[in-house]
Amino acid sequence: MSKILQGEIALVTGASRGIGAAIADELAAMGATVIGTATSENGAKAIGERLAANGGHGRVLNVTDGAAVEALVDAIGKEFGAVSILVNNAGITRDQLLMRMKEEDWQAIIDTNLTSVYRTSKAVMRGMMKARKGRIISIASVIGLTGNPGQANYAAAKAGIIAFSKSLAREIGTRGITVNVVAPGFIDTDMTRALPEESRQALLGQIALGRLGEASDIAKAVGFLASPAAAYITGETLHVNGGMYMP
Amino acid sequence: MSTIEERVKKIVIEQLGVKEDEVTANASFVDDLGADSLDTVELVMALEEEFETEIPDEEAEKITTVQQAVDYIKAHTKD
Repeated sequence: MSKILQGEIALVTGASRGIGAAIADELAAMGATVIGTATSENGAKAIGERLAANGGHGRVLNVTDGAAVEALVDAIGKEFGAVSILVNNAGITRDQLLMRMKEEDWQAIIDTNLTSVYRTSKAVMRGMMKARKGRIISIASVIGLTGNPGQANYAAAKAGIIAFSKSLAREIGTRGITVNVVAPGFIDTDMTRALPEESRQALLGQIALGRLGEASDIAKAVGFLASPAAAYITGETLHVNGGMYMP
Repeated sequence: MSTIEERVKKIVIEQLGVKEDEVTANASFVDDLGADSLDTVELVMALEEEFETEIPDEEAEKITTVQQAVDYIKAHTKD
C-alpha cells in the first residue's frame, strides 16, 4: 500500500481490540505514526508490540480523565509531533431497559462514549489549528440513528457524537480541519458477540448484505476519511452497515 | 530584542493577515481588523505562546484591541 499518510501523527483511542485495533493497523499501514491507547498497561504494551513493525506505539489512557488526555496529547506532541489525525473510538456499553437503568449506567456511557470525544478533540485542537490541517474522525453507531431497546444511554451518546461533529466541523472548517463520523452497523467484535443468539439472528435479517461486518470494513472507511481523498468531506456521517440502515 | 509592542503587532499581522499600517494601537480586532470569534481565540493562543504566559478566558475576553493586548502582556510578564 502506498504510504499516503506518511508524516501524519494519528491518535486512536481504544485500540487494543475490535474496531479500534483494526483502525490503528490500517492507519499504520497507510504510513501514519499511530499512537493507540488502552486502559491498562498490558493493553498498551500489546498495542505497541502489534504496531511496532509499522513504527506505532501503545499508551495507557483513560478517556474519562481530562488531565490524562491533555497530558498524553502533550507528550505525543513532544515525542512525535502534534496529533494530525484523531480517531475517537473508545467506547463501552451498559445495556439495560430504561426502567432498570441506573443513573450511573447512564452517566458512565455518556462520560466514556461522548464526553471523551469533547476532551480529546479539545486537546488536539491547538496543534491542528496551528498546523492549519487535521482530521477528527469519531466512531458512532447505527444505534445512534435507529435507537435500540436497552441502549437508550448508548444511542444517546452515539447520536451526540454526530451532532457534536457537525458543530465542530462548522467551527473549524476554515482552518483546514475536517470532522467526520463513521457509524458502524453490526460488526463482528467482542461487543456484538456478547449479544444473545436470538437478537443476533433478528439483526442479521435486517442487513441487506446478509452478513456481519468486519472490523476492517470500518477501518477502511476511517482510512478513507483520514486520507487526502476525503479533503472536501466534513460534518459527514459515513454509514458502514451492509445496508442495515439507509438514511 | 523587539519591544512588546512590536512583537504583539507582528503576531496580529500574522494571525489576522492584515497590513502593518492597519494595526494601530487602538485598532479593534473584530471591528477594525475583521477578526471573527475563532480568530480572536487563535490570537490569544499565539500571544500565550509568544510570551509564555497563560491568559485566562475571562481576561482574554477583555482583550479586544492591540493596546489592550500590549497592556495585558506588560502587566503579566516579567520582561
